[in-house]
Amino acid sequence: MSEPFLQIIDVSKRFDNVVALDKVNLKIAKSEIFSLLGSSGCGKSTLLRIIAGFEKPDEGRILLEGKDITKLPPYVRPLNIMFQNYALFPHLNVTNNIQFGLKEEKISKEEINRRVNEILNLLELNGLEKRKINEISGGQQQRVALARCLVKKPKLLLLDEPLAALDKQLRVQTQFELVNLQYKLGITFIIVTHDQEEAMSLSDRMAIMKNGEILQVGNPVEIYEKPKDKYIANFIGTANIFNVLNKNNQIIIKELNYEVKNINNKENYVKCLIRPEKISVKKLENQSDNLNIGVVKEVAYLGSYTKYLIEVNGFEFYSFMQNSLVSDNLQIRWDDKVQISFNETSIYFFND
Amino acid sequence: MIKNFKKQNVWFVFTPYLWLVLFFFVPLALIFKISISVSEWGMPPYRDLFSLSENGFEINSTLGNYFFIFSDPFYIRSYLNSLSLAFTSTLLCLLIGYPIAFYVAKSKTSIRNILLIMLIIPFWSSFLLRVYAWKVLLQGSGIINSILIHIGLISEPISMLHNHYAVILGVVYTYLPFMILPLYGYLVKFDLNLIDASNDLGAKPLNTFVKVILPLSLPGIVAGSMLVFIPVVGEYIIPEMLGGSDKLYFGKIIWDEFFVNRDWPIASALAMSGIVILVFPIIIFQLMYAKYNFKNE
Repeated sequence: MSEPFLQIIDVSKRFDNVVALDKVNLKIAKSEIFSLLGSSGCGKSTLLRIIAGFEKPDEGRILLEGKDITKLPPYVRPLNIMFQNYALFPHLNVTNNIQFGLKEEKISKEEINRRVNEILNLLELNGLEKRKINEISGGQQQRVALARCLVKKPKLLLLDEPLAALDKQLRVQTQFELVNLQYKLGITFIIVTHDQEEAMSLSDRMAIMKNGEILQVGNPVEIYEKPKDKYIANFIGTANIFNVLNKNNQIIIKELNYEVKNINNKENYVKCLIRPEKISVKKLENQSDNLNIGVVKEVAYLGSYTKYLIEVNGFEFYSFMQNSLVSDNLQIRWDDKVQISFNETSIYFFND
Repeated sequence: MIKNFKKQNVWFVFTPYLWLVLFFFVPLALIFKISISVSEWGMPPYRDLFSLSENGFEINSTLGNYFFIFSDPFYIRSYLNSLSLAFTSTLLCLLIGYPIAFYVAKSKTSIRNILLIMLIIPFWSSFLLRVYAWKVLLQGSGIINSILIHIGLISEPISMLHNHYAVILGVVYTYLPFMILPLYGYLVKFDLNLIDASNDLGAKPLNTFVKVILPLSLPGIVAGSMLVFIPVVGEYIIPEMLGGSDKLYFGKIIWDEFFVNRDWPIASALAMSGIVILVFPIIIFQLMYAKYNFKNE
């Protein structure tokens, strides 16, 4: 990363002695889609409001392109925010909502009209210009809210749970549209979300937050494959976490009673993670195999893949199998005995 | 729905209308009747509208009372005085009440309820008593004059009572809650994100107020202003207690016509004119406003 576009340095914020943010540090590059992910109360929205300028941090600084904007009021910051409830002005129509921000700048009427039309085309809002906000659908409202920000040509766009108010089908479609739009415009996006799938599919990089602190920053693959701790592993996707024993230079996955052979680094790891899609199960035909044998406790068929809950020595974990990989005559059913296998490179070790 | 309505339900629904008819339309009709009657000495001090005498059936009705009051600038001036008082005090109530309503609406729920109670508590004491209290405060030997003399700002008590400023003060004090409460009702529903959004889009606080907060609280402003303006036009007690001879107000004139001059027809004609002049513009305004709001819903 070259010179960071947005830098958050040691930012702390308390509300009535409740710590909302605790010495948060973050560097965000130009033109990236960055997500702040965490469960409610983790401080992600507070951080967004501090970047927007609605809240002042108790300590710390915010630098945008190297300039300190910590003390600037929101109306002079070259960034815009899209609110979770969109906060569209109910007394104005679509056009007036979109040109609201432009009218605050010293721009000629022709220029305003040109830019409004441009954004109406870009977001396919033509034909709705004269409609009131409560006369358009939720998806259209979302695009008006986006248009109202983008028409200002901000350097940075903050999005607070941008898709939370949409129904599921629209959400997936809008996710792709957002990414395409960002690619077209090159504006840096910071997205706050509690939805891990949304964060994974939208972001270039993401930060996992908990109790006002940033636990881990990385791209979705890193976060998913190499979570720093158990909390992150469980927060992103489904995690099978096993205990690791280190006996006489032998690394053993305790619950499976499995010895990991191809391992160079024999550090004192205590836990390991194997994602469910990396564990495959196969119906047992003859008992002779000496590999791990488990019992299927639950089967959930989900169309493209099936979730199996497997029990081994009283320990339960998940295996997700692509249905295209399971042949019909070997359908695995409840209480079947199955053979478990995984690639040793799929094991990710960590210290609690 | 209507089909399932039982008879007692119909009564239940119509009770308020019955109330309105008994205590508003009937008295109004009576006043109207008196206003077109002919004044005479007696009890009651006007001639019956219809009488049967040796000359046969007679109708003793006249519009003369109306012609009389509209030809006398004295009445018109008093009405204009009352309109100007109502206008000034509504404006002052709005200017004072809006920030208070906004502050109350935006404070934390726990504090908000205490503030609301503080606004309502004065209603627990009599309206007369509260106006009288101002009389005590403002008089020559009252607290305000005593303090001003004590700190040496003035050497002689200044006369603050019995002029139209005292009336405005009394009216604003009394009617302020009627402005604050409807405003509060609208402002408390106001989505604070809209203020943030406006700021974020580059609008400075003043522009945010003018372009976002004000238009969205307009219904509250209209409701509050109506609740202050209409009763103040006919206000009698406050000018009577705090006012002087510098300005005569409409309510006082009606009182004088009724009880001092015992000219019931003139007094009734004044009351009717007052209502008509005030009510028709307000009804038209309300209809237009409702239409405007309906279009915006």
